[in-house]
Amino acid sequence: MDLSRRQFFKVCGTCAGATSLAMLGFSPNEALAEARTFKLAHTTETRNTCPYCSVSCGVLLYSLGDGSKNAQAAIIHVEGDPDHPVNRGTLCPKGAGLLDFIHSENRLQHPEFRAAGSDEWQRISWDEAFTRIARHMKDDRDANFIENNDTGETVNRWLSAGMLASSAASNETGWLTVKMARSLGLVALDNQARI
Amino acid sequence: MATLDIQARSATTTPSPGVRQQLDVAKLIDISKCIGCKACQVACMEWNDLRDEVGHNTGSYQYPPDLNSKSWTLMRFYEVEPEPNRLEWLIRKDGCMHCVDPGCLAACPAPGAIVQYSNGIVDFNQDHCIGCGYCIAGCPFDIPRLAEIDQKAYKCTLCSDRISVGREPACVKTCPTGAITFGSKSDMLTHASTRVADLNSRGFQNAALYDPPGVGGTHVMYVLQHADRPELYGLPKDPTISPMVELWTGLAKPLAIATMAFVGFASLFHYVTKGPNSVSKEIEKEEEEKA
Repeated sequence: MDLSRRQFFKVCGTCAGATSLAMLGFSPNEALAEARTFKLAHTTETRNTCPYCSVSCGVLLYSLGDGSKNAQAAIIHVEGDPDHPVNRGTLCPKGAGLLDFIHSENRLQHPEFRAAGSDEWQRISWDEAFTRIARHMKDDRDANFIENNDTGETVNRWLSAGMLASSAASNETGWLTVKMARSLGLVALDNQARI
Repeated sequence: MATLDIQARSATTTPSPGVRQQLDVAKLIDISKCIGCKACQVACMEWNDLRDEVGHNTGSYQYPPDLNSKSWTLMRFYEVEPEPNRLEWLIRKDGCMHCVDPGCLAACPAPGAIVQYSNGIVDFNQDHCIGCGYCIAGCPFDIPRLAEIDQKAYKCTLCSDRISVGREPACVKTCPTGAITFGSKSDMLTHASTRVADLNSRGFQNAALYDPPGVGGTHVMYVLQHADRPELYGLPKDPTISPMVELWTGLAKPLAIATMAFVGFASLFHYVTKGPNSVSKEIEKEEEEKA
């Protein structure tokens, strides 16, 4: 092959240019494989109970941030609680999808009340709700409480009201629920723990 | 940096780091224990931040009708009669098998878009994916799917992000019946043998493990009641990588690259030695006179 001096310099110049371009980033990057980063690394973990059925599986709620004053927490993931004796980490499809239940636009997030005869729900504060419930309970109990039966025996019954308690409660909460209901004289006490 | 050790990378000729060997992990799906509740499907979507579109019922519990870029696992429902007048409802959790010898990785032309970790997981790295879809053609189980939104291929990662920090995959954790289990491959093989023995004693003589040797074994294995007929469950009987993949990566691709390089060098050489094609003054003058 016959190369003139000028041609030799042309070849050298082209090669130098091409390699410089490659160094400047005009070549494919070295491919680094990286698994998606573990998204729960520094989230806050909170224990809770699945609200759906009466099996009451333990769940772990993972929220953004570490609870600092200026950080607004938001739940980003829910999974089963491996230390919970009921489900030991497992969850059914409904429980596994709790995240979208939490963020659902249809989820009730504050007390509402519908006046008798009205077809509209209106938002009220928790204080108003508690006061209203207590007022109704007191009025109803005062009007219908049965202290003695026909034979004069003390029975302390309140038959005109019933209580639907939570099924997703611990033994201790259940004990308190019964204590509270019976101390008022409530006979009709039920919950959903029947599947 | 890589969080898991790489054992193989797509379209890469330089050797991968191979000194460290992590524990071989495996997922075992016991079809005889599955009730088809789809908790695994939900947990997969929740963990991987995927929300598939809500579509329409196609006359079966199977939903969505097929795997897609936002549904990396799918309960497939089969109503079959393994023997006349004996209806069986077989439910199989479909998803990536994490082959020891992955066809997708062999077929992929994008460097580093598909990797295999030393614990056995085959993972797609969408940053490097060029959306050619060769992985789909290369997969003996028809698992990867291209996303319409970004033209990149997606599939089950075996929750490599969870496993890299010592957690089990999301589908395994959630499974209420314990049909999906996870652990070292050897532990899963032991567990499978006890399950197979149990099924054999209950009248399923053909129950066995599905760990197909045609792809070197898999890191997702099934216990099948009718292992002699995996096609009842929509599984290939003897999956292998298509010979076309070998033809493409082993012969056609190097040949094409060599041809392109030759053409490039030849053009450069021609330019340097002969120079650009120019019209001589005489011809130009001649042509002008003609006109």
